Amino acid sequence: MTTTKFIDIDFSKIESDRMRLNVGPQHPSTHGVLRLEVELDGEVVTNVIPHIGYLHRCFEKIAENMNYQQVIPYVDRMDYISSMNNELPYVMAVEKLLGIKVPEKVEYIRVIMAELNRIANHQIAVATFGLDAGAFTPFLYLFRDREYILWIFEKASGGRLLFNYFWVGGLANDVYPTFKEDVLNIVKQVRKTNKEIEELLIYNKIFIDRTANIGVLPADVAINYGCSGPVLRGSGVKFDLRKDDPYSIYDRFDFDIPVGTGEVGTVGDCWDRNIVRMREMEQSCRIIEQAVAQMPDSGDVQAAIPKKIRPPKGEVYFRAENPKGELGFYIISDGKDKPYRVKGRAPSFVNLSVLPEISKGYLFADLIVILGSIDIVLGEVDR
Amino acid sequence: MTYEEIHKILKEKFGDSVGELVNNPPSDPYVEVSAEKLFDICLELRDNPELDFDYLMCLSGVDFPENLQVVYHLYSMNKKHKFVLKVTVPKDNPKVPSIERIWRSADWHEREAYDLFGIIFEGHHNLIRIFLPYDWEGHPLRKDYKEPETYHGMRVPY
Repeated sequence: MTTTKFIDIDFSKIESDRMRLNVGPQHPSTHGVLRLEVELDGEVVTNVIPHIGYLHRCFEKIAENMNYQQVIPYVDRMDYISSMNNELPYVMAVEKLLGIKVPEKVEYIRVIMAELNRIANHQIAVATFGLDAGAFTPFLYLFRDREYILWIFEKASGGRLLFNYFWVGGLANDVYPTFKEDVLNIVKQVRKTNKEIEELLIYNKIFIDRTANIGVLPADVAINYGCSGPVLRGSGVKFDLRKDDPYSIYDRFDFDIPVGTGEVGTVGDCWDRNIVRMREMEQSCRIIEQAVAQMPDSGDVQAAIPKKIRPPKGEVYFRAENPKGELGFYIISDGKDKPYRVKGRAPSFVNLSVLPEISKGYLFADLIVILGSIDIVLGEVDR
Repeated sequence: MTYEEIHKILKEKFGDSVGELVNNPPSDPYVEVSAEKLFDICLELRDNPELDFDYLMCLSGVDFPENLQVVYHLYSMNKKHKFVLKVTVPKDNPKVPSIERIWRSADWHEREAYDLFGIIFEGHHNLIRIFLPYDWEGHPLRKDYKEPETYHGMRVPY
């Protein structure tokens, strides 16, 4: 005789009112291969668990087996939409280890390129943020303008997105003769489009309804989570490494740090993070104009350094203001021609970790908007 | 505040747990601290109003031939000063107290160091792999790491 076996389940312990939803790994509006495990109570988000690592290439391990110069193309591929800004702290960290100074002209070209790339990055950020909120047209205008910037990069370095243009001790090659005029034309174009975008998108009633008072990030939480860049400044913290910990020649330029003020909602909401990016484009234009005016016409673009770099034993942590936040490189040299350890402190990685904190209690549709407002690139999150 | 002044405050409070300030340019000056006292030292660094380190810039693991190291780069938003802490642990027992409760940014950084170096952060609420699959074997950034031939029947090396 067989006895019926009952499965022993304590039904009181099962949470039947919560639903777990899997978003990704390739949801079109998640800006890359990110997987979110979302816990929902009806339509309200109660918890978010980001799962990352789908693009992990272990760049840090690769870098340990390369010469210092050979790492630069890999640095490009971290945040692949603002590569110039990625190269800058890496080459400056190695230069700091070596104790060399680059020619004046190089510094100016680096700043102009970095600021142009900041504009290009913010154009994508605002455009895709608009897409996340359901606005398609601004996306087209901004991508058209970004293409003009990429043309300049292509003419100077040969690549549209991945440049390998900043080298240790200088640049791969000099800029082309009509560089200055092209850059000034871009600045004019960017300002013209930004005016249109403000009317089309930023102060649009529907857009404000979708983004204001959503995903509020208080300043102290942002600092504790290590947030930087527009995410931190959107919360009203006036912190920009170009001013607070100046590197390169940023101390020579006159520009402001835009911060979120809660103009249409609360300080630190999605709208604030987005408006910081819009206003930063204008500040980048100002820096570019000053840099073009001050830039010397002639001069070397390579400092005299040996082909094989062997920095002395030591270590350096160098950080710079990437469009997404503080990008730092921690490099340890053991005196050989290959770095002993390279650690990339990626801003997207740190900024993404605040997502569970700021998305709890909002609707599921808002989660996509909040994620868009953080502006992450998964190549950099996963490295 | 300079590195020396910060070091002096820590030395007075924690005595032998705080090592000497090592300063050889162009490297940033750093201080070695003992793993046992790390949590208290970090709490002091954050909560002492003179020091006011509210921002953890970077947390990196390093694999040296004899031992493992964790490096903490700290910054103060208000006072605009920096400090670097280092903790060295043996390879056969790599345990470091977690400082995730002091600076929340350490949460993911510690998971990364655990994933890639195998450093165990005691007291971390959720110390699981962050980049690699949960059932991956080994810690890739160790210098003696050998990648497995296959993973679930898939060939790993290219």
